[in-house]
Amino acid sequence: MITKKEVKHIAKLARLGLKDKEIEKFQKELSSILGYIEKLKEVDISKVKTEIQPIGIDEAARKDTEKPKPKIENSKKLLELAPAVKNSYLKVKSIF
Amino acid sequence: MELTDLTIKKAHQGLVNGEFSALELCKAYLDRLKEKEKEISSYLTVVEDFALSQAKKIDDMILEGRDLPVLAGIPCAIKDAILVEGIRCTAASKILENYIAPYDATCVKKLKGEGAVILGKTNMDEFAMGSSTENSAFKITKNPHDLTRVPGGSSGGSASGISANECVFALGSDTGGSIRLPACFCGTVGLKPTYGAVSRYGLIAFASSLDQIGPMAKTVEDCKIVFDVISGKDEMDSTSVEPKLKVQSEKLKVNELRIGVPKEYFIEGMEKEVERVIKKVIKKYEELGAKIEEISLPHTEYALACYYIIALSEASANLARYDGIKYGYSVSDKPASLMDVYLQSREEGFGPEVRRRIILGTYALSAGYYEAYYLRAQKVRALLRKDFDEAFKKVDVILTPVSPTTAFKIGEKINDPLKMYLSDIFTVSVNLAGLPALAIPCGKTAPHHFAKEVRKQKRFNKEKIFSSGNKNLLQSGGGLPIGFQIIGRPFEENVILSLGEIFEKYGRAH
Repeated sequence: MITKKEVKHIAKLARLGLKDKEIEKFQKELSSILGYIEKLKEVDISKVKTEIQPIGIDEAARKDTEKPKPKIENSKKLLELAPAVKNSYLKVKSIF
Repeated sequence: MELTDLTIKKAHQGLVNGEFSALELCKAYLDRLKEKEKEISSYLTVVEDFALSQAKKIDDMILEGRDLPVLAGIPCAIKDAILVEGIRCTAASKILENYIAPYDATCVKKLKGEGAVILGKTNMDEFAMGSSTENSAFKITKNPHDLTRVPGGSSGGSASGISANECVFALGSDTGGSIRLPACFCGTVGLKPTYGAVSRYGLIAFASSLDQIGPMAKTVEDCKIVFDVISGKDEMDSTSVEPKLKVQSEKLKVNELRIGVPKEYFIEGMEKEVERVIKKVIKKYEELGAKIEEISLPHTEYALACYYIIALSEASANLARYDGIKYGYSVSDKPASLMDVYLQSREEGFGPEVRRRIILGTYALSAGYYEAYYLRAQKVRALLRKDFDEAFKKVDVILTPVSPTTAFKIGEKINDPLKMYLSDIFTVSVNLAGLPALAIPCGKTAPHHFAKEVRKQKRFNKEKIFSSGNKNLLQSGGGLPIGFQIIGRPFEENVILSLGEIFEKYGRAH
């Protein structure tokens, strides 16, 4: 069973605000899902090398050549999507 | 025949022969959509003016006597996780409620290049996380076969849209069954291509080692047409590849094929009707000359647990980009610190299922748990893939049900996450192994005691009763679509599509 403290810690790592009553809800739900996932412990994985490579991908890297500069209009489009902008920079809260 | 009943091929012929114009076709769909949306809610955004202007261009092409690509003028819908330039793209999340796509996804660019007419963006589970489309932040989509039931998810709006004739075809995305399950629940066809067969540039990421875009349509042939257009290598997606194996469908002979039926996919708790109909499909293929072999995929029972660890871990990393700063929802009243901007924007912007998955994924990747969860799941994934490799030495394709049940009731599973996750039990293995799989409708549940009641009424209008939402009549769930799944070797989409076409041609009429 996950503790409330753990839920709070994980939520902070995930940068996810939680309400107090949600902590308890998540505690219960996560414990039940993790209980199900315990199943994986039954599998003998001692002989398996980790293999995460997708199928058939051999030459994913592009040629190391100069790419055309991105267009200014594209940057503008992206800036328009930002919640707060100042002089073409994204505006954030002071971090100190 | 109504214009809104047409397949791609038939609509194309109609346009070429001048039986109707692209504008007429487009208008017929927009009218149909206006009428049906009140009850079905397939779409999150409809772009009427854009659709009409696209259709107009196709009519100009016809007037000029130019050759018409097969998708030219064909009205389609795009899942709201896929970017269409200048059109709102939300992934059914509040956090992207006002996000306007700054560019076209590669698959959308390809569709536009062929002249397909985009009608709008379809509803889905938020960030494609769910099996019922109930996790959308905006609306609940209904199953056109029974309005009290879910269309499946996460590409629920694409499936219901096709099923209710609100578009000819649609694009969906499939991370653990999100194309196949809704296709099955709504009685349409859906293809989850091999990992890498279709570029994912412009798809809002959920779990990057599993996500794949694919076509959904009324027929296998239509899926094939769309797949041929959207597949291929794209330099904007380094995981995309040019298919090396091109199997000519004309050469496919069903009597030379070996079809594997894995015993692990016929489990206790499966609906009797589903089992009955799937067994009939197997028998049909046998009659057509295919060799049926029982096979075993021994690690199947671990697939779902494995899937959830990997999908949620990857999701927690992918969704870190929604920070309330670069784009998307940002908390409106000024918080004290940058940390609070993150915490509050994400708290208010993400819905409950997305938050649940981010927390679980973060937990699985956090210090001390990485090996026990993520690394172990990756190893189990390797074993699952090996199961398939072994099986494909003995058989050419694998046939299974898409889901152990038919469409469930709205609200039935939404408060029990684990129960909802179990809906994907027959679809997740395919994503873990990166294989192509096709979902094909093959029948409907018999109306049981419902039939007795109805048989008394001589003038029985099936559609009317199913759409009336009369719960008493629908208790038995009669008339709900059932689908089967054909899984192929990597990049052998042509084989599974051809086998699907054979079923459509010879299997349905009995």
